[in-house]
Amino acid sequence: MNKEKRSLLLEDGRRLDGRELHELRPITMRTGVLDRADGSCYLTWGNNKIICAIYGPRELHPKHLARPDKAIVRVEYRLATFSVDERKSPAPRRREYELSKILAESINKILFLEKFPNGTIDVFITVLDADGGTRCAALTAASLGLADAGIPMNGILTGCAVGKVDGKMVVDLSDIEDKEGEGDMPIVMIHNTGELTLLQSDGKLTVEEVKEGLKLAETAIGKIYQMQRKALLAKYSQIEDQLDEIDDEEE
Amino acid sequence: MTLLVTRNQIVVPGEVLARGSGLKAGGGVYRKTINHEVEICASMIGLAQVRKNRIGVVPLEGCYIPLEGDIIIGLITRVGVTSWNVDIRGPYVGTLKVGNVIDRDFDSLRESLDRILQVGDIIKAQITYFDRTRDPVLTLQGRGLRKINIGRLIEVDPVKIPRIIGKKGSMIQLLKNMTNTQIIVGQNGRIVIIATDIRIENLVERSIRKIEAEAHTSGLTDRIREFLEKEKKQLFKRSEEDE
Amino acid sequence: MRSNEIISSLERKYLSDLIAKGNRMDGRGFWESRPIQIIPNVVKKAEGSAMVKWGDTVVLAGVKIQLGSPFPDTPNDGVITVNLELSPISSPSHESGPPGPEAIEMARIVDRGIRESQIIPMDDPKLCVIPGKSVWILFVDIYILDDGGNLIDASALAAMAALANTRLNLLSIDEETEEVSLLEETEALPRNGSVASCTFAKINDTIIYDPNLIEDRGKSARFSVAVTNEGLVSSMQKGESGTFFEEEILTMLEKASERTKELHNLIEQSSQAPELQEMFRFDF
Repeated sequence: MNKEKRSLLLEDGRRLDGRELHELRPITMRTGVLDRADGSCYLTWGNNKIICAIYGPRELHPKHLARPDKAIVRVEYRLATFSVDERKSPAPRRREYELSKILAESINKILFLEKFPNGTIDVFITVLDADGGTRCAALTAASLGLADAGIPMNGILTGCAVGKVDGKMVVDLSDIEDKEGEGDMPIVMIHNTGELTLLQSDGKLTVEEVKEGLKLAETAIGKIYQMQRKALLAKYSQIEDQLDEIDDEEE
Repeated sequence: MTLLVTRNQIVVPGEVLARGSGLKAGGGVYRKTINHEVEICASMIGLAQVRKNRIGVVPLEGCYIPLEGDIIIGLITRVGVTSWNVDIRGPYVGTLKVGNVIDRDFDSLRESLDRILQVGDIIKAQITYFDRTRDPVLTLQGRGLRKINIGRLIEVDPVKIPRIIGKKGSMIQLLKNMTNTQIIVGQNGRIVIIATDIRIENLVERSIRKIEAEAHTSGLTDRIREFLEKEKKQLFKRSEEDE
Repeated sequence: MRSNEIISSLERKYLSDLIAKGNRMDGRGFWESRPIQIIPNVVKKAEGSAMVKWGDTVVLAGVKIQLGSPFPDTPNDGVITVNLELSPISSPSHESGPPGPEAIEMARIVDRGIRESQIIPMDDPKLCVIPGKSVWILFVDIYILDDGGNLIDASALAAMAALANTRLNLLSIDEETEEVSLLEETEALPRNGSVASCTFAKINDTIIYDPNLIEDRGKSARFSVAVTNEGLVSSMQKGESGTFFEEEILTMLEKASERTKELHNLIEQSSQAPELQEMFRFDF
């Protein structure tokens, strides 16, 4: 590999993919895409493609893991072998275990688990195509899957990474910006309350830059939350639109 | 109180529905206090309901939560010495004790329960006891409760069952009468359709799927009636052509 | 069917009564297939990929290529491996963890269909970079995303369509140091035709093609056959404890030869799709 440092910003100040510094990549979300799962979501975010299935609340096997006071949440974040540059071995790696753990901690925060003692809620997330920012995208998708499954929740998780590229704070890092930039800071929030549920960073950032990053993330998350809301309602509004059309034809 | 939604508006989890004092929380919502002010928020995706100062959400998605008295359709998953485990969908496993199935004494040393009900059997049962800390208790003693031997089993969203039954059973009666079929509806989202003709059976399933998809809309009973009339006409036209 | 690992006695009886009367739940004839949709080239990071929707079964296959050592007995040939994951996403009855016997059997059925047909000529010079030292290794990975029955045929189709969309990087080789570097430019993976799988299920004494989920669970025996576009049988696999008679096998082979023609057409139509296709438009 050629390790020569290249510039991540174009001459006109835009990013390599033509975005402005604070611009999001295109995002699409659809719920209820899987027939077998209790809830599901398919999300694309730039070239990220993520599928998420929710099962539960259901009976927990093995029984000794069950808690008499509340349901447990099991989260599995996986990368498909072909979703990354070098083929990944099918067995999960350390990174996938770590992410599964921190994603589960965020999801735990938004669910009313005490309603389902002895049970489990299983969240399976597979990244089919990875392009930077998958943990934020994963929680964004998982929240929609959980709402689609009708699991009682106190809010929706929305994530977005910010970071530093060529000395500038930017929103929603692409794969290249994530790998070659100076810093990456994934953030997940409950938009309605402003609570942060996930915060990580790597790279070199000044306290001022962290502060700027948090502000930028908050704005971006507000926009993504609106898309989530729209995606959740789409399943129902589409049917209403179809019915209206039929009515119009009959008149 | 400040109401932030209109009646039957579709809301998403975490959405604030109302603010102020004297608010009561119905189903599908939770309350929280921010700066000494009470907020009622949706905990599920569904239709907002407002009755005086009681705010609730009728869920459009969700699992089956047992209620005492519910008629359900269960699947036997394990045969024990004196009881069966019954899959009733959702987070809880039903228990069916032999005393709630047969009237006579049962000698567990001489008899085996799987001569009465086996793994894989489908039953129409009633929930007699449930309190969330213990598994729901079922009975087969009651009118119409039994093992189901024939019919097509389908599963629907349990939260859509009230719509499939309709007000005072109006929707399900409409379906039965217009198609001349027997339909057993379990509150847990399982339905068994018993028809003599596969085409009618398919029509019933399609109608149920339509109710499921359009559960959040109004005027549904009339639309289903029209749908059935139209589809039946086509079915008969086709069968005449066949002959 | 959610949350059901066991087929209920009610469903089993319903299924056999229905089939005895000559009917299927979805109104199909016994030899009729469910609708099939292929979306080729959907994964940007993969060198080849395809999504298949077969009835309500959804499968995604991706091909990754990398340079590696050949096997000692075939020093000039490329290497292909097929893996399959019954992802827990696809059904409440599939658990996470390393592939079990069921997933491994399916992977091997798909693998043999491709390998034995020599549809991908592993001895093609394009797959050999430095004889005895460096060859292209093809990893075909199949993910079951929604299990609506007949996973073998859907997986075989997805794998074949992914290979038909696979591109190899052109290489530059330093003759002295034998150092290999990848160029941006790519060429299509060599391919001689295509291979497709046909799976039949036996329910009571009746044989049906392309079982849906309930038929799959209620079957007593299974027969899968891979047929090339030239009509050659490249692999067969009989599964489950039920049995077949000779004439039944012959009937199935005849039906399979007929049926695979359409599948080969579908593969050719989706071959080497130039642009990355948007999976979002895919009707899951």
